[in-house]
Amino acid sequence: MNPYKIDIGAVYSHRPNQHNTVKSGTFQALEKELVFDIDMTDYDDVRSCCSAADICPKCWTLMTIAIRILDRALREDFGFRHLLWVYSGRRGVHCWVCDEAARKLSVAARSAIAEYLSLVKGGDETVRKVVLSDPIHPSIRDALKVVEHYFPQYALHDQAVLGLKESVDKVKDLHTYFESEKNPEKRWGLLRGCATTKQGTLKKGQHFEKEIMLQYCYPRLDVNVSKGVNHLLKSPFSVHPKTGRISVPIDLRQLDKFDPFDVPTISLICAELDRPRVGEEEEQVPKEKDSDLDAAERRRIRDYKRTSLAKYVKVLDQFLDGVALSNRGELLKKSDLQKDF
Amino acid sequence: MEFPGKKRRLIANPKTELYVHFLQFYGHPPLENISLTEFETFAVDRLKLLKTVENLGVSQVKGSEAYKSKLDKEFSNLLFPNKPDVKEEDKVGPNEYERRRKDHISHFILRLAYCQTEDLRRWFIQQEVDLFRHRFNRLSADQKSSFLKHNNLHYEMVGLEERKALSDKLIQSSYAVSGPKVEHQDYYKVPFQDALDLVRNRKAYLKAGYVYIPQQDIVITVLNDFRTQLSKALALTARSLPTVLSDERLQPLLSHLSHAYVGQDYSIQKNMGKISLEQIDPLSGKSFPLCMRGLHQALRENHHLRHGGRMQYGLFLKGIGLTLDQALQFWRSEFTKGKVDMDKFDKQYAYSIRHNFGKEGKRTDYTPYSCLKVILSNAPSQGDHHGCPFRHSDAELLKQKLQSYKVSPSGIAQILDLVKGMHYQLACQKYFELTHNIEDSGFSLNHPNQYFLESQRVLGGGGKEAKAEPPQRAPDVAAKPPPDPPALAEMAEDLDAYFQDG
Repeated sequence: MNPYKIDIGAVYSHRPNQHNTVKSGTFQALEKELVFDIDMTDYDDVRSCCSAADICPKCWTLMTIAIRILDRALREDFGFRHLLWVYSGRRGVHCWVCDEAARKLSVAARSAIAEYLSLVKGGDETVRKVVLSDPIHPSIRDALKVVEHYFPQYALHDQAVLGLKESVDKVKDLHTYFESEKNPEKRWGLLRGCATTKQGTLKKGQHFEKEIMLQYCYPRLDVNVSKGVNHLLKSPFSVHPKTGRISVPIDLRQLDKFDPFDVPTISLICAELDRPRVGEEEEQVPKEKDSDLDAAERRRIRDYKRTSLAKYVKVLDQFLDGVALSNRGELLKKSDLQKDF
Repeated sequence: MEFPGKKRRLIANPKTELYVHFLQFYGHPPLENISLTEFETFAVDRLKLLKTVENLGVSQVKGSEAYKSKLDKEFSNLLFPNKPDVKEEDKVGPNEYERRRKDHISHFILRLAYCQTEDLRRWFIQQEVDLFRHRFNRLSADQKSSFLKHNNLHYEMVGLEERKALSDKLIQSSYAVSGPKVEHQDYYKVPFQDALDLVRNRKAYLKAGYVYIPQQDIVITVLNDFRTQLSKALALTARSLPTVLSDERLQPLLSHLSHAYVGQDYSIQKNMGKISLEQIDPLSGKSFPLCMRGLHQALRENHHLRHGGRMQYGLFLKGIGLTLDQALQFWRSEFTKGKVDMDKFDKQYAYSIRHNFGKEGKRTDYTPYSCLKVILSNAPSQGDHHGCPFRHSDAELLKQKLQSYKVSPSGIAQILDLVKGMHYQLACQKYFELTHNIEDSGFSLNHPNQYFLESQRVLGGGGKEAKAEPPQRAPDVAAKPPPDPPALAEMAEDLDAYFQDG
């Protein structure tokens, strides 16, 4: 029986399927990666191109922005170093923080981190979802820099937030600032002009313009996913049941070029595997006298290199190398301390 | 009196080393022998102190001048240390030293009494944390640093160059910090796991996993440390408790202490039957708190009250001294004026009135609701009249009601201000002061029956009402001669009585 879905949770003190046989209270989670889940449906109120499970290149920018902001905050503010970003297969991304310190975090700490990273609050009945106070915290300022970089193209053009009536209506009283101006960029210019001149008198406060940008673009994460030590998250390289796409790691160095529609599907991989092998002879000569089974296995393991998965596995390998390196560093430090040469 | 399971430690000069600061983390238990009397007195005094902390915590704004001065007065009355900046020589003088020793010992005794259940632990930790916060905030900046160092709290100080380099970010992260302040103020660098509250609310600058906390805010982290430590300690204490309780001298006292925290619940009616039904109407105007006055009025007008109202008002009436028969008569006469006939009343309502008095079912003698219970649980909905009017009524309606009760406009304004700040019990106290024409109510309100008793006291109470005992009876308890074991039971009873008197 082969699994069709693999979810990863915590490391427990005893085998989970034996948790009933153990004295109550002693069965507990020992460590678990810190994880984040960004889902495009959480942005439906500020997307005009798609809704629900759909995504398109226009709204994918939201994920790019989210990844940049969260990656910076987790690395620079919290000092985490081993982060793996994974495309979820359909409409979002996951982040796995694998530092030892992160794995040992308590529920309270995970919840605090998730709150620190949350800014957009409120449901359907709240129109103004971002409220900035004075002074603006350094991490928000850094986030604003990222948003400002993407905003003109994303919000003004792709989403036409200031163009379409539906979008404009979603932010309270926005249209009062435009009057007859139709061009989105000019409208934005008007808004910014208003904001600066009306600093003191604007009922909403001086950060109107910033709040709008953040409401459209700041990452929206599901706090419950990050809080729980019991929570399970889809394993990287799983196949998404609805789209067939593989949950591949994302290479942050090529983030702006990442295209979710270019991610291999399981059918593609199968097709690629069925292709006749080229230069098979060199590969097939085993070094030792192994049984056929082992050779076949080894061949299977190497096969991924012939498929589109190769580059994604490389990303994972590089990530794991980093983790291994720092583990070795820790072990060395510990054995040094114990004078164990 | 040796505490089981602790190692002996030799200290060179206990007086100078043990009690250098007027507050402490209670990391090490006391190791001396004390008499049984001291054991009891210390425990009772600290309990009174913690009860005061609790009362002031709900009736005053924590950290306000009134809060601080009232708490300090209590420190003096009960002979607890309250002088952080006593000169070096004085610190070891008998007075201050004795007080600090008492503080130390009494804390550990109460740990024994309050470690047993989740509720008791939570209460004890809450009051001790509030107490610690009050004392810590009284230290000067230098004393704070010295205290932290003395307790091996490794909050890393941020060096001057780093402060200057990060100066922009530091200013941007704290509300009350300006440019020059960053240069001159001390900053601490704490791993973020130890300052989760600051992280959660983005109230401090975070870099590479460290939170940068200005000196003025360090108390939050220290409090978290204290709370965690105390919580762990209580869990440990619970494990050694059986050994301690096997000592017959201690067991009765410790169990009385932990029951006494529930304290003044007005379930023992000293004035049963001293109120006649005709007095209820005039009394409701003079001595009932606003909630009960409203309930009484609603009952008279509608000849009916829904369940929440019947419980809250019914138990209150029991608390002021109505007997079961009087209660039955009172409710029956009112309800039958409405849509309920005699038979229906007997069938549907009489049972639950008797139930309230503990005459039916599981025979629990229900206690009248305290203010906290009225404010926090069972919010009223359409058609209800129970709850706390300061909490549950619309500001406009509250204003109209107060106007109809002839409260002065300035008084009403003061009350509405307190309500806006969510100080409901303070608002009720203000109502008390305005309706009784006095400046200071002189008590911290936390129970409607307390309001009634205090009101009767102020109005001179026609002799029929409760013996209005002054709250402080410390001299009585302390002055008792050292009791032998049989007399302990007697003292324990007095303890009960003390905590249940008005």
